[in-house]
Amino acid sequence: MSDKNTTITASPGPDAGKGKVIISIRDMRRNFTVGDETVKALRGVSFDIREGEFVTIMGKSGSGKSTLLNILGCLDTPTSGDYDLDGDSVAHMSKNRRAVTRNRKIGFVFQNYNLLPKTTSLENVELPLLYNPSVSASERREKARKALVAVGLENRINHRSNQMSGGQQQRVAIARALVNDPVIILADEATGNLDTRTSFSILTLFQELHSRGRTIIFVTHNPELAAYSSRNIVLRDGKIVSDTVNEHPLSAKEAYDNLPKDND
Amino acid sequence: MNIANQLKIALKALANNKLRCFLTMLGIIIGVASVITMLAIGQGSKDSIRDQISEMGSNMIMIHPGNMQRGGVRQNSDAMQTLKVGDYEALGNLPGVAAISPSVNSSGQLVNGNNNYPSTIYGVTPDYLDIRKLKVKDGALFTEQDIKQAAKVCILGKTVVDNLFPNGEDPVGRVVRFGKIPMTVIGVLESKGTNSMGMDQDDVVLAPYTTVMKRILAIDYIQGIFASAVDEAHTEETIDAMTATLRERHKIKDDADDDFEIRSQQELSEMMNSTSDMMTVLLACIAGISLLVGGIGIMNIMYVSVTERTREIGLRMSIGARGVDILTQFLIEAVIISVSGGIIGVIVGVVATWLVNIIAHWPVHIQIYSMALSFVVCTITGVFFGWYPARKAASLDPIEAIRYE
Ligand SMILES: Nc1ncnc2c1ncn2[C@@H]1O[C@H](COP(=O)(O)OP(=O)(O)OP(=O)(O)O)[C@@H](O)[C@H]1O
Ligand SMILES: [Mg+2]
Repeated sequence: MSDKNTTITASPGPDAGKGKVIISIRDMRRNFTVGDETVKALRGVSFDIREGEFVTIMGKSGSGKSTLLNILGCLDTPTSGDYDLDGDSVAHMSKNRRAVTRNRKIGFVFQNYNLLPKTTSLENVELPLLYNPSVSASERREKARKALVAVGLENRINHRSNQMSGGQQQRVAIARALVNDPVIILADEATGNLDTRTSFSILTLFQELHSRGRTIIFVTHNPELAAYSSRNIVLRDGKIVSDTVNEHPLSAKEAYDNLPKDND
Repeated sequence: MNIANQLKIALKALANNKLRCFLTMLGIIIGVASVITMLAIGQGSKDSIRDQISEMGSNMIMIHPGNMQRGGVRQNSDAMQTLKVGDYEALGNLPGVAAISPSVNSSGQLVNGNNNYPSTIYGVTPDYLDIRKLKVKDGALFTEQDIKQAAKVCILGKTVVDNLFPNGEDPVGRVVRFGKIPMTVIGVLESKGTNSMGMDQDDVVLAPYTTVMKRILAIDYIQGIFASAVDEAHTEETIDAMTATLRERHKIKDDADDDFEIRSQQELSEMMNSTSDMMTVLLACIAGISLLVGGIGIMNIMYVSVTERTREIGLRMSIGARGVDILTQFLIEAVIISVSGGIIGVIVGVVATWLVNIIAHWPVHIQIYSMALSFVVCTITGVFFGWYPARKAASLDPIEAIRYE
């Protein structure tokens, strides 16, 4: 608890005044009951996230990063605390409303991609829109194609998930997270399964999306990556120990270009 | 959620899991097909027994000597000589009797030149042909005159003709020997084929009863009487009248047992029906077991795939599928698998039944109710076990489902 740049901040966040608040959580707690023991994964977390931020969340293993991100992604519900997403109070939503919120407002990228097996990139990317009756079939196809182009997979549109590398699969997963034009993209260890080079290419992609106005929360336990985001939140034992703004993020693209190429 | 999207989702999920689909359908197909086939065989044999009884002759009444106990020893009915030609004539005068014929028979070797064939010669009157529904195809029937004179004439069944005249000669007018007695063939019977119990109904030789009694067996009694009642409703009455006449003629005291036995076709058919009912029950049991096995198969496949599918459900929920969307998808999948499996099962069942009929020559009769029953049972099983695990998975939080192990 004694990092030198520890600036524990509650709302208003460091980016105050720059854009509208998309995510606002207050005193978020999450307890898990295992047998007769209670594991306190989150012990009162509060912050605001504004439109256009690229936030990395860091911390040691077990510090509660995934727990926090799952709650932000409406995949899990907090034990207590408030959560407003784009003006709606998620904490008091019904199960079905939360499903619809996930469908319309959130793009979630998992560490292990979670694509449908034996299914083409296009179909995987279309999937969120299939659960949205207001999107027509032609619109769906068009949007999915655009999302795949945006992640640089225009040549892999009809490849099946088992015919692609990990990096390509993660790009498909990112395209799927983009396709519904979400208010926020959440990525949990999105580069965790990938080698350094591929990780940087994925990070480059996230920076590109950010530069085009996307709001991104990126969970990682690699401290180096903090330098590439615009804000870094560090968790320890379920609490925020630091929340710092990075005025001059490094370019992932440059880092990627400077990496030694594979010699074989 | 629009239904076109739901259909699309379900169809894609099915296409991605062809093996699981196929195995589930297999359970349903086997269940449905075996029920249809088993019940078709059961019903077929029942029908054929019924047909066979009615083709034996209509409203037939059979009288045999018997039911007589002397000193507690039951006697072989062949050895009993209680029925006489006079009995036959007396019964013929009863009002309810439409046709009547005495019956005496003898087994022996029939010879025509180099060809010989062991058969049984039945001594009867022309009425016998009406009672047993036989017809003369070529030649003629013997006459009253032939009976009076105990003429050495006979009528042959097709099997006998085929064996005695293998080169296709016309047997009518030829002389064959039965043992040592030469007999002129005056007619050939129309073929009736094999009956449902596998007995050759064409392996028969008919002759005037007087001829068989006097010239072949040298006896003065008859072995049985065949008659038919005017109609089915009068059978009972006619039997009572026959019993009374015979008791009187045989001078049987009121408290003594009959020395003859009268059986009607109705009794016979009841007896045989109860046998075939038993068989149907047996087959229904086998079919029920196959239905159960098929159902358990469906259940297993559906349950085994639950882990894999729970992750899929978690993934779908994580990108915004609601519980109801998941349930709809699984329901559509289960209905498609079950209904198409059921339809294929019906087709396979019908084809299998047909093959049983063609290859094994068993009589079959497919019943609509067996199709409906097996189809409904298997479809419901399939739909239920497709839907039930999904219901459990859909109630999980997405994050629990996606990490399910
Ligand atoms: N479903 C669960 N049941 C019980 N305990 C849980 C559950 N999920 C998480 N925890 C506990 O909550 C704490 C935080 O876990 P979490 O997965 O959020 O950590 P993390 O920061 O993502 O770690 P990592 O970097 O290893 O992914 C851990 O102590 C973990 O054991
Ligand atoms: Mg984690």
